[in-house]
Amino acid sequence: MVWVFNYLSLNCWRDFFTVKKRSEEEVAIEFGVFIEKRRSEEGAIEFRAKMGRTSSSKDDAQALFHSLRSAYASTPINLKIIDLYVGFAVFTALIQVVYMAIVGSFPFNSFLSGVLSCVGTAVLAVCLRIQVNKENKEFKDLPPERAFADFVLCNLVLHLVIMNFLG
Amino acid sequence: MTAPETSITTVPRLYTNKTLRNAFGGVLSFFILLLIGVLAFSIRLFSVIKYESVIHEFDPYFNYRVTQFLTKKGIYEFWNWFDDRTWYPLGRVIGGTVYPGLTLTAGTLWWLLNSLNIPLSVETVCVFTAPIFSAFASWATYLLTKEVKGAGAGLTAAALLAMVPSYISRSVAGSYDNEAVAIFALIFTFYLYIKTLNTGSLFYATLNSIAYFYMVCSWGGYTFIINLIPMHVLLCIVTGRYSSRLYIVYAPLVVLGTLLAALVPVVGFNAVMTSEHFASFLVFIIVHVVAFVYYIKGILSPKMFKVAVTLVVSVGLAVCCAVIAVLIALVASSPTKGWSGRSLSLLDPTYASKYIPIIASVSEHQPPTWPSYFMDINVLAFLVPAGIIACFLPLSDASSFVVLYIATSVYFSGVMVRLMLVLAPAACITSGIALSQAFDVFTRSIKFQLPGLSSNAEVHAGETSSATAEAQNDAVNTGKSEETLKDRSSRKSKKKEREHVEKPSTKAKVEKKRLLALPLEASVISLLLLVLLGAFYVVHCVWAAAEAYSAPSIVLTSHSHDGLHVFDDFREAYAWLRHNTDVDDKVASWWDYGYQTTAMANRTVIVDNNTWNNTHIATVGTAMSSPEKAAWEIFHSLDVKYVLVVFGGLVGYPSDDINKFLWMVRIGGGVFPHIKEPDYLRDGQYRIDSQATPTMLNCLMYKLSYYRFVETDGKGFDRVRQTEIGKKYFKLTHFEEVFTTHHWMVRIYKLKPSKNRIRGKTKKSKSKTSSTSSPKRNGRKKKNPWH
Repeated sequence: MVWVFNYLSLNCWRDFFTVKKRSEEEVAIEFGVFIEKRRSEEGAIEFRAKMGRTSSSKDDAQALFHSLRSAYASTPINLKIIDLYVGFAVFTALIQVVYMAIVGSFPFNSFLSGVLSCVGTAVLAVCLRIQVNKENKEFKDLPPERAFADFVLCNLVLHLVIMNFLG
Repeated sequence: MTAPETSITTVPRLYTNKTLRNAFGGVLSFFILLLIGVLAFSIRLFSVIKYESVIHEFDPYFNYRVTQFLTKKGIYEFWNWFDDRTWYPLGRVIGGTVYPGLTLTAGTLWWLLNSLNIPLSVETVCVFTAPIFSAFASWATYLLTKEVKGAGAGLTAAALLAMVPSYISRSVAGSYDNEAVAIFALIFTFYLYIKTLNTGSLFYATLNSIAYFYMVCSWGGYTFIINLIPMHVLLCIVTGRYSSRLYIVYAPLVVLGTLLAALVPVVGFNAVMTSEHFASFLVFIIVHVVAFVYYIKGILSPKMFKVAVTLVVSVGLAVCCAVIAVLIALVASSPTKGWSGRSLSLLDPTYASKYIPIIASVSEHQPPTWPSYFMDINVLAFLVPAGIIACFLPLSDASSFVVLYIATSVYFSGVMVRLMLVLAPAACITSGIALSQAFDVFTRSIKFQLPGLSSNAEVHAGETSSATAEAQNDAVNTGKSEETLKDRSSRKSKKKEREHVEKPSTKAKVEKKRLLALPLEASVISLLLLVLLGAFYVVHCVWAAAEAYSAPSIVLTSHSHDGLHVFDDFREAYAWLRHNTDVDDKVASWWDYGYQTTAMANRTVIVDNNTWNNTHIATVGTAMSSPEKAAWEIFHSLDVKYVLVVFGGLVGYPSDDINKFLWMVRIGGGVFPHIKEPDYLRDGQYRIDSQATPTMLNCLMYKLSYYRFVETDGKGFDRVRQTEIGKKYFKLTHFEEVFTTHHWMVRIYKLKPSKNRIRGKTKKSKSKTSSTSSPKRNGRKKKNPWH
């Protein structure tokens, strides 16, 4: 069964590489690519996507996950810190919602201010990330210190309002 | 640091020329703006000049009373104020049901002026708040239009808004109502929104949220903003104009804006629970989804992205459907689908007339007629389509917002005449853009066809070609080059320079521009016609401000062959009440006069203009529609001592209580079924002449209006209804007349107290029942022993 599968895979792969241009190098490491899909992700994943229709979605998910992970690994560390902060804020908001579902929403203004403060800082952190990201063409004139100062100011206003509304 | 010597001689001259022109343009536009502010302020002063510095209409009196309270007692008392002098047995929580923006603004202004030792009274500050804020509104319009199209359009739009009659009608000196500050807040919020959209700066996003907070404090129309902005964001996403600036402008606004809106006591938790706000949350989620999708697209390769899309779509669609189904079930379970009555009547214009007669009865809530469009926005009505087209060339985020704003405001102004006010700024912005573009084309054509000027153009082209390399980057990247153009003349030359940037050779440019220019005569005549159009607009606006919208409805005038007659009956009546009754006496009247009675006469009223309790109003309406005895009982149960009735039959004042009577019957009949409207109608009409129904001739309103009316001219001819009255000679049994004003416009009656002894019943029966419970006897006494 597996042997048939391998045979089929070899034939499909040959067709695939007659269409694609970068065939010379790839043919040499044919088996290598087939076994280790990490060498050239895109070609292998494409190949697997075309070939394996039976186990496609699971493999797709795995391949997608791997490509996402590798693409994300290349982001600079300051952006990763901001992403961590965003994740933490959203997680806190979720905890509050679960708590409200268990305990009831009696001081509704407290619940609202708590959740909205978490969501608010998450949103503002995402805005900061957008402005600080060096790959973003629109904000290349904006010094990151100015972006951070705006972030702090907006957070200040947000938390002032939260304190007032918390009751 | 030090500039190279070779260019020292050339660069400064260029630098000076351009900066000199810019500086001159800047100073000129500053003075123009100052003049526009003065114009906006002074065109609203007609009522102060023609009558006096008095507060107009009905609603402003309530705001004035609240401001008086605020200045006397301070802000803590104001927030916690429970008013027991209105809605008599119920009272009203002022702190929680009033939009505090206007009163806090005027109170702050008064406090500031008094602390600077300028002793203006509260009334003066209240009267002049509206003109001051209309000057601010025109400056905000300048800023907004400058962000959309440039400074020339900004100045034109500001000049148009300073004079547009629709805005004047709600912001004359003396019209101390919410819209006076709310329109300024509206335009300023939109300006900050566009500014944030153009620059992507989080600082302006914060300012935007704070301006939105000021708008929520000021007016119930803030729901327009919180629905228009999500619509615009959705429009940008759908037309493929998504950018990260869109996320920065929208997401913080929703979070901060919802929090700030929930801070205002009037709105409270409605900010998260009513359907008016759901659109903003929905678009909030959509914007996050779109932002995430763009982010993933950016970090993945195209093939992987396709895979991701197929995966996510199949899984996500199921989850989405489930969530939306739950949400729809939640919303549909409430009878009004979560919308408040007033908002629902905007979306479905027939809703109010079917379910809420009070909303339908207000004249401001009726749809406008076609002539009112021409009266209120005059020339702008046909400049607006030209402006919409100008917004499309080129289409930017800001100009798409303007197009959306004008489209929605035209729809809403068609539903309710009061909302013509929201149409006014949109019309001014688009017309300003149109006029400015037209002027630009014509003056440019003229400039290039006059021989002296065109050679100048070539020289300028040669000089500035070296500096264009720098300018090119700026012009291409942002629209900020337009921001440096302060004046139309400098804009002409700068536009010419920018065109030179695009095409390197000067000769080709000049030739090409000759092709684009219109013939000289045509442009001169067109310029003159445009100026004439502006002149017509100005003349109409000044006429409307002076004649149509400056009437303080508390004082009426009429011109006759004898000269000017002044009818000051309302204030006469309120002054009489103030001086001749006890402080705790309750006065009953139709709800129109409630605010004025509490503010000027300082007496407790039963119902007032807030109309929050339909049943209470229906009680008063029933009393006015019932015969004397039943009405006496109703009023006695409410502790009423005086009844106030407005009657216009002697002088021909058409807005009197007999004309409003049909609403009393309808509203009363809506709650108390024994009042049936057909009882008062003869052939489907309300009549008060000899053909009137007996129910009509016996009801309290008829009797109180026409008591002794026949003594005025012997025949009882009602000038408003243009007939003689039906029942001319009658006596009042349960009421006595205590005051009628000079022109019989306001008539005040006192409830006759119940008699001590019951005539006709024997004492024996009374003593027999004396051993029975006393409440029963008291009940009989209260039951009005007449007849």
